[in-house]
Parts: sequence; C-alpha cells; structure tokens
Amino acid sequence: MASITFREVEGSSLKYWMLFGGIGLFVLFGFLSYLYMHHHGHVVTGMDNQVVWGLPHVFAVFLIVAASGALNVASIASVFNKPMYKPLAPLSAILALALLAGGLLVLVLDLGRSDRLIVAMTHFNFTSMFTWNVFLYSGFFVLVGIYLWTMLDSSVKAYTKVAGTAAFLWRLILTTGTGSLFGFLIARALYGSAMLAPMFIIMSFAYGLAIYLLVLAASYAWTGRPLGDVVMNRLRYLLAVFVAAVLYFVVVYHLTNLYFAKMHGAEAFILRDGGDITTLFWVGQIVVGCVLPLVILLTGLGKQRSWVLVACVLVILGGIAQEYVTIIGAQAYPLEMFPGMTMKSTFYDGVVHDYSPSTPEWFLGLGGVAIALLITTFAVKVLRLLPVSLDDATVAKLEH
Amino acid sequence: MKSMTDNSPASPERRRFLGAATVAAGVTLAPGVMLVEVAHGRPEDQAASGAVRWGMLVDATKCASGCDECVSACSTENGWTPVAESKHPKQAPQWIRKLELQDPLTQQETNLPMLCQHCAEPPCVDVCPTGASFKRADGIVLVNRHTCIGCRYCMMACPYKARSLVHEPLNDTQKPDVPRGVGCVEACTFCVQKVDRGDGTTACVEACTKAGHNALVFGDMNDPESEISKRLRELPTKQVRADLNLNVGVRYHGI
Ligand code: SF4
Ligand code: SF4
Repeated sequence: MASITFREVEGSSLKYWMLFGGIGLFVLFGFLSYLYMHHHGHVVTGMDNQVVWGLPHVFAVFLIVAASGALNVASIASVFNKPMYKPLAPLSAILALALLAGGLLVLVLDLGRSDRLIVAMTHFNFTSMFTWNVFLYSGFFVLVGIYLWTMLDSSVKAYTKVAGTAAFLWRLILTTGTGSLFGFLIARALYGSAMLAPMFIIMSFAYGLAIYLLVLAASYAWTGRPLGDVVMNRLRYLLAVFVAAVLYFVVVYHLTNLYFAKMHGAEAFILRDGGDITTLFWVGQIVVGCVLPLVILLTGLGKQRSWVLVACVLVILGGIAQEYVTIIGAQAYPLEMFPGMTMKSTFYDGVVHDYSPSTPEWFLGLGGVAIALLITTFAVKVLRLLPVSLDDATVAKLEH
Repeated sequence: MKSMTDNSPASPERRRFLGAATVAAGVTLAPGVMLVEVAHGRPEDQAASGAVRWGMLVDATKCASGCDECVSACSTENGWTPVAESKHPKQAPQWIRKLELQDPLTQQETNLPMLCQHCAEPPCVDVCPTGASFKRADGIVLVNRHTCIGCRYCMMACPYKARSLVHEPLNDTQKPDVPRGVGCVEACTFCVQKVDRGDGTTACVEACTKAGHNALVFGDMNDPESEISKRLRELPTKQVRADLNLNVGVRYHGI
C-alpha cells in the first residue's frame, strides 16, 4: 500500500489566527453566559419547573451524539479495513474527542450547582443512566485517545486495529447510553421507548459525518491542500445512506407510537397541534434535516462540492431541530396524570408549556460548539492529522 | 444507593409482614412502648425505622373547591414563597398544589392536592446520578441538599411533576430546620422535621383539619391501629398513575 504523508497545518498565518480568534470569541461569550447564569441562578434562563431541560441540553446532546458519529470514518478505516479511509482517520478521532468535550462542558455548566462537579465525580448511583454515562464518556476519551496515539506514533502502529475496534464498540455503547437517558424516563409519554437508543445511534452516524465533511473540506480549502472528488463522493453517498436511515427510524418511531391509543395525544401534539414544535418537526427535522439533503446528495447537485457542503449544513441544522423536538417537545406536552380528564392548577398542569430560550442559553450552547472547533483548529496545527494531499491520484494508489 | 434501600425490606408484602410482626410484638410484650416511641419522634442518632411507612390519604370528595389551606400551610411551615407572591411564577417552587379536574363528558369536577407521592419505587431516586435523591427507611423520599448537583434528571423522571428547582437565590423566608438552596431540587418532605419531632402529622393535614374539611389523613400505614390504616381499610382508594406500579405513599379516594 502506498504511504501517505501527514503534516501539521501552517498555523502562523494571519488567516489562522483570525479563525482562531473568531472561534475564541464564541468560547468567551459562552463562558460569560455561564458566569451570568451561575450568578443569578436559572431564573435568567427560559427554563422553568415545567421545561426543566432547555436549549443547553439540546446543544449538549447534539454534540455528544455527533461526537460518536464523527468517529465513524476512522472506524471504517480500522475496523472494516477500507484503505481509502485510512488517511481520513486521525481527523475523525480528534473531532470525536473535541465534540464530546464541547458537549460535556455545556452539560456540566448548565447544572444548577455546577460548582459541585466534584460531587458528581465522587458519588455514584448505579441505577442512574447518568452515572453510567459518566463512565462511558471517560472511557471514550481514553479509548479514542489511545487509538489516536496508535495512528500518530509509528512505534505502536501495530495496535491501531485493536484500539480502533475497541473505540468503535465503545462508541456504540456510548450512544446507546445517551439515547437511554431519555428512553428510561417512564414519566414522559414520548420517551420510555426502546426505539430511542438505536435511533440515537443512526442519528449520530449522520450528524458526525456531516460535521466531519464540513471540517475536512474547510481545512483543505483554507490550507490550499488538494482534496479530490473520489473522497468527496464516497463520503457523500455514505452521508445519503445515513440520512435515509434516520428518516426511516423517525417514521417507524412515530408510526409505532400512533398504534397505541394512549400515545395519540402526544403524537398529535408533535405532528399536528404543537405550534413551534410541530413546525420544527416538519420543516426542521424532516424537510431541512432529511428530505433536502437527500435530494441534494442523490441528484446532480451532489456533484458540486458546494452543494454537498450545503447538504452537510442542512443535516446539522436538522439534527439540532431533531434534538429540540425530542427534548423540549416531550416536556412541553403536559404530563397525563389523569387520562381523559382536563386539569387546572397554579403549576401549569394540563397546559402546553411554552419555552423560549434566553440569550445566555444560546451563547452557552454555541460556546460548546466553539470549544469543539477550537480544539480541532488547535489540534490540526500541533499534530500531524491531515494528509498533505487527498487528490484522486493519491487516493487511487491506496486502493491497490 | 441500592445497598441503602436493600437494608430496608424491599417488597411491600415483606414490609407489611414485618410491620405487623413488630406491632404484634409491641402489643404483647410491652404495650404502650411502641406507641410512645412513634409518637415521641426520633432521636437524632437513631436511624429512621423501616417498620414504619408514612403515608397520606386524600379524600377528594371532601376537598373543597377554591380552598388552598393545605398549600399555604406548607409554604409557611417549609418557608417557600407562595406562587401568588413570586415575581417569577413559572419558576417558583411548589411543594404542593391544588389540582382541579373535570371530566369533559360528564362535567363532573374533582379537587385534590398534588404533592410528592413518596413512591416506594421512586423513579427520581433511580435516576439521580449522585444519590442525592433517596428514600428513608420509613418511606419518606428526600433530597440531600449537599449532594444535589441540580441536574434536574429527577424532575424529568417524576410522573407527578412533584419536584421544583430553586431558580433564584433565596430570600430570608427560609426556616432553620428546612434547608433549601439555589440550584438544588426540592419537593414535599412529608414535613420530615415535624415527623421526626414526633408531631405525627404534617402542616397540610393540620390545616385541612383545622379548616373543618378533614380531607387529609397522615400516619403510619404499617400500623393497623393507626387512623390512616383504619380509613384505608374502609374507603376504596386509588393510586395516581397506578399503571406505573410505583406503590405510592399517597392514596386518593374519590378520583
Ligand atoms: S412522586 Fe415524584 S418526587 Fe415523589 S417519590 Fe415519586 S417520583 Fe420521587
Ligand atoms: S437534581 Fe439533584 S436530586 Fe435531582 S437527580 Fe439531579 S442530583 Fe439528584
């Protein structure tokens, strides 16, 4: 097999530092938002005792799910032994680590008592999915870290496959764990479904790959390195398959729900009567997140690189909409304590809860995205993650 | 966390048997001693007893429409600001609230207070990552103020929306024996400070009785001689969301 040269990106140019500074600004805004929320309490957010998990959770869950998905490209290379994907693997691993770090940071900074993080790391309750997730996340960092090491250090190269397989299996468990955070909540009509775990896995494939493609294309364009159509097309079709699978799962999930009479109210809320939530579902999740990207990726439009990147952006936006519908939608729909009865109280029982995220919540969420990008930007500068060239000729040599 | 619950008898059958056995022993060996013990409260160095299961009976047929004596008594006893006085009503904690139900077909109305049901199988305790949510041996479900990290997972898990997050720094309405704090989750404690003092009842029950409605009864559901046990034997009662099989500590009549 032909060998590939990896090199750090040129990181002293003005362009690099402007990018770095721009992202850094968002990190700063995120941090200031955190300080503001922490000082005043959650009263300055749009969250209340009805919608208890707000926009920060939407971003956090999206990032965590995307993190495990970003590792896919590496998995295809090491686990499934596809030589073309090998040069793509290091970036995939670092993105996975960066996205997970961003997501976790948002999750942790949104705690009512974020100052008690040490409590969360010293007191464990093993009936809680959250506790399991703490271990799943730490394990992910360790395994992907080792995997990355085997790829970068030629003296341990022999272990790449083992480390890659371990990381791959772990990421499947991790996303199952994230999905189960919701799947185990019996109280909420729209959760408590075993469908959520596999659905989260397939969603992670799509989001992770979309982010990967964007970062790959951007770094090659901005550093002036050649990126051939062979790579782009492979990833483009892979993305189309993942997006189609997401659509399939979403349809099956709602169809099975519609089968149960007790779910009719909740389903009607998401699909028809939910106002903003319904709009986000149909326009955001289905049209923007699935239908449009599929059209772009599978038609002639997909032959143009800029359209592929548009499709990636749409998949990401659709993914955020999907998490919003999943997390906020299920809380906005009132708990049914007395089925068939109308309910009234000072605690907003029986009414749909509206939620509008406040500015600090937006910036906290975006701060998580920014952290992930900042880590990636820094990593490609200090580590040899990106092949010098990915033009068609270089890639063709790998396949033979 | 599990090990803690394992110390106390887990199944309702076993608990009932133990409860009956203890009471029987109390009655035959030393009449009076048992009763005195329960009535006098619990010294601080003594663990809550698994022989007791505190519970509440709500007779919805007696709960008056428009009355909120129980709610204001709770807010006074436990030091949380009444919603009407709160600047942020949607974010204000509510430990107990009045629910007005109506059957859309028959127009029949029902009034009842909703509060933490002190589930024997509490989902909030299951999901709490730090073990801050816990169930005492005597069935009271509480939040440890020192280990709650405010993740709000328990609020997502509770089927009765019984829990609230303290959204803003607290003013000076706090009570010395009811610790609260911004960023932590809280809920009805069955007035644990009163119970441990030996009052044998809660603020809401006292207020309801004083107002002459007598819709609420509090007591040890394991003691066959307690008023609540007697009433529970006579009145048909239901558990809210009985489908979840949480074996709740608050039973409703007339719903
Ligand atoms: S009613 Fe809610 S808060 Fe109370 S014990 Fe049950 S699950 Fe926990
Ligand atoms: S908010 Fe507090 S009590 Fe509730 S699950 Fe989280 S740590 Fe436990």
